[in-house]
Amino acid sequence: MKRPILFLPAAVVALLISAAPVLACGGLIGPNGAVNLLRTTTLAGYHDGIEHYVTAFEFAGGGGSFGSLIPLPGVPTNVEKGGEWTLQRLIRETDPVPEAARLLFAADAALGSAIELQKVRIDALDITVLSGGAAEIGRWAKDHGFRLPPDAPEVLEFYASRSPIFLAAAFDADAAAARGQQVGDGTPVHITIPTPNPWVPLRILALGKTGAERVEADIYLLTDIKPALLPSPVLPNGMELQHSQAATDGLLADLRSDQGMEWIPDSAWLSKIAIDASASQLAFDLAIDASGQGTPSRVQAGLDLPTPAQLGITGERLALALLTTIAGIGAILLITAWRPARATR
Amino acid sequence: MTAGLTRRGGGRAGLLAAAALVLGACSTRAGTPVVTIDIAYSRFEPATITVPAGVPVTFVIRNADPIDHEWIVGDDARHQRHRTGTEPVHDERPTEVSIDAGTTQTTIVTFDTAGTLAYVCHLPGHEAYGMIGTMTVTSSR
Repeated sequence: MKRPILFLPAAVVALLISAAPVLACGGLIGPNGAVNLLRTTTLAGYHDGIEHYVTAFEFAGGGGSFGSLIPLPGVPTNVEKGGEWTLQRLIRETDPVPEAARLLFAADAALGSAIELQKVRIDALDITVLSGGAAEIGRWAKDHGFRLPPDAPEVLEFYASRSPIFLAAAFDADAAAARGQQVGDGTPVHITIPTPNPWVPLRILALGKTGAERVEADIYLLTDIKPALLPSPVLPNGMELQHSQAATDGLLADLRSDQGMEWIPDSAWLSKIAIDASASQLAFDLAIDASGQGTPSRVQAGLDLPTPAQLGITGERLALALLTTIAGIGAILLITAWRPARATR
Repeated sequence: MTAGLTRRGGGRAGLLAAAALVLGACSTRAGTPVVTIDIAYSRFEPATITVPAGVPVTFVIRNADPIDHEWIVGDDARHQRHRTGTEPVHDERPTEVSIDAGTTQTTIVTFDTAGTLAYVCHLPGHEAYGMIGTMTVTSSR
């Protein structure tokens, strides 16, 4: 039987959410009905071994709470309110139709069990950084009143096998209304993640969608040099490289002047990848190699499973674990052998 | 087709579940058929089952997913009711079972007549996603 649904997770590095009357469209589900993902925009910048995600959550009206879940490539060192114009400025740089900016921020603001590594409140958003496998994340979501869609078990495992770090963003619509936020207002969020292997989660954009439903998103990449990408953004896979050239000085200066964007380097390469794919097409993530070697990781793209070494399980660790286990069993046996005999009557 | 209530147990990986593990997906225990149904990635496995009419059948339903599921068996009319139902939890009828994430539930059902039934999870979106199985009830054991 259908339960009074709370909400659902779904989303990637950036998404816009809006209320809708039916469950069928999937995505995020709130107490007032389904919450759909509209077109989303994200900046994934990579400089000095640090990945910067800038994304936005849009207030869709209504009451109650709903949210999204974002897999991350590592533990963030900082989660803060993002700059006010970074995403809009990127759109203006690459989009020949200025009005397209309305797709993103009309104004701005948008939108446990696992170990809670970090909790941050940004406007009406409650953001929690979680560490855990699929089962722990699922339990955390349930404990916090969120219901995951039926494809969540497979999708969560897809991500947890590579990185057990997730960011849950719960949008408190009542608080947003109390703050005077209007429908369409977005809350930009900036996540700083040290990682040697930058990637952008794409598959989770299809969470809760049926195979034929469309996923639309714009991904901006700002890297020190022209990046190698995997999968290659070719139209048959639902990705299109719409912009790839050195970032202009004007763009970099504008971005650097926004809140929290001091990390923007003096020179960079700007890429824009437009996603227009069916949910069933998005069975991968976007791996980025900005080192110049041209070898983006098949594991980070979700095309291969990580090896034990890639998971940080070295031979030494395995040996240590084995020795610890043997020592533990030995200790139990010794304790059992030395236990004083019970007094007999 | 009706289902006679006999017994319903629950709990995480209980003894009955362990027994079923040993006995396999479909076996008998003291002459009583035992059917084990696994749930993983929001799918029933097996998705096709044949059971006899007129005898109690023990179903052991193991949910390996990190999300909750339901196992509701019945005819079209029953499923139609559940598609628009409002019961948050099923724990009163042996043919309607809620299985929390990572847990195992057992239920015993006696099917009075032969026929074809479906077992479905009616949580939002789950049936459309493919959480459907077919149960054939035969008149002879």
